[in-house]
Amino acid sequence: MRVGRREFLGSVVAVATAAALFPRPAFAQGAAPRVVVIGGGFAGASCARALRQLDPGITVTLVEPNTTFTACPFSNAVIAGLRELSAQQFTYERIAADGIVVARTSATAVDPHARSVTLADGARLPYDRLVLAPGIDLRWGALPGYDEAAAGQVPHAWRGGEQTLLLRRQLEAMPDGGLVVITAPANPFRCPPGPYERASLIAHYLKTKKPRAKLLILDAKDAFSKQKLFQAAWAELYPGLLEWVPLSKGGNVTAVEVATRTLVTDFGRHQAAVANVIPPQKAGRIADAAGVADRTGWCPIDPVTFESKLQPSIHVVGDAAIAGAMPKSAFAANSQAKTCAAAVVRLLRGSVPSTPKLINTCYSLVAPDYGISIAGVYQPSSGQLADVPGAGGVSPSEAPRATRAAEAVLAEAWFRTIAAEVFG
Amino acid sequence: MRRTLAAAIGFASVSAAMVAWAEPPAGAAACSGCHPALARVTSPVPRLGGLDRIAIVRAMQDFRSGQRAGTVMDRIAKGFTDEEVQAIAAWYAAQR
Repeated sequence: MRVGRREFLGSVVAVATAAALFPRPAFAQGAAPRVVVIGGGFAGASCARALRQLDPGITVTLVEPNTTFTACPFSNAVIAGLRELSAQQFTYERIAADGIVVARTSATAVDPHARSVTLADGARLPYDRLVLAPGIDLRWGALPGYDEAAAGQVPHAWRGGEQTLLLRRQLEAMPDGGLVVITAPANPFRCPPGPYERASLIAHYLKTKKPRAKLLILDAKDAFSKQKLFQAAWAELYPGLLEWVPLSKGGNVTAVEVATRTLVTDFGRHQAAVANVIPPQKAGRIADAAGVADRTGWCPIDPVTFESKLQPSIHVVGDAAIAGAMPKSAFAANSQAKTCAAAVVRLLRGSVPSTPKLINTCYSLVAPDYGISIAGVYQPSSGQLADVPGAGGVSPSEAPRATRAAEAVLAEAWFRTIAAEVFG
Repeated sequence: MRRTLAAAIGFASVSAAMVAWAEPPAGAAACSGCHPALARVTSPVPRLGGLDRIAIVRAMQDFRSGQRAGTVMDRIAKGFTDEEVQAIAAWYAAQR
């Protein structure tokens, strides 16, 4: 208790005098501990809510500049014309109604020593514990020719919103017989099965609306998530339409010529009618500003508390974190956020966080009525989050179509459930 | 249940009015990613809150042993020990 209390009071100058007069835990005197959460995606919003739920005595501030959150899971269905973008969008009203202070601004800097966050207007927000959930930033320029301006012509659509709609409009405007090219990055990146689900659902759109068109995936890897399941489904559903080019067969894109939608590889050039570049990624910008990102661009964390290994009292959850065996998914972000919240509450109370167990489940749609999944259970091991041996894995390789249809239904149910928990 | 948890985590010194703590046991918080916490969510996946403790334990054991077919629960149940399953089941059974 003593260490936690000293740390806590050390950062709360205004309360320090009062605390000296009344040598009892600060909480008992009504000085609410302050937790600031930066980023209102699945990770940040989940964490803010879990903190309030676990201890309503904590003042929780969620820093998020957008008034509407646009979810990425199921955005591939929007691209393929199977779903409207509005089904992906949520507001922060219910979160604010929980008693969470929603600061509609962005964080520009973090002072880990003073324990304060600088907001866009220059105001400073003090914290006792900070949770960073900044998601991803795209590494503009990592792929020569592909920068922010280029994304206006060749969409990445790897953050939900206007980019999602731009790719959809380009597909709709494309004449039958056109070539669609998707480029997939090397690991790690947000949503490991995402490029392949996207390819599948675009193939479904092409098969239905533009049957003479072709789709090419140029991949910087030789293996990918749920690979056998995807490839078996492609052979069954989209033979001759969808082709995957791995790294070893010339899939690595070395440059993008935006004006002609040409993807350059070591082995040749592919001119696309519609190109979708999913570029290399890193943790969202504030992670770097706070000093919690390492040379990889991602954030090393303690697997029990999600506290940064680089800065004390700052926790990182969701896509930005290096979470060992856990993929960068919305389910994982939500699972991590709740684990982190429990640890933060304990640390604020000066108690020892308990050893967590986390879960991930990711569904992918190969067609509207054809779902596949991967699941995992994780626990801290040797300073990392590791797979619990013997658990997890992908859908069975041999399964009747009824099983695939059931998983498609479960995929949608998962989205409704998690969206309701996080934003509803 | 909550008293047990509160005692176990040792913050008896904190004033009673502040205690709203109900920290889930290891693994339990992740379940609501698929199992709706809210009754108004339509899903083929059952809500766990208020379910019979023994029924949850049995379901997990059957998923783990392969006696019961699952879509993902057969894969997830294998990641939990008997002790963890008991704690998770007790925690959900105590929810409304």
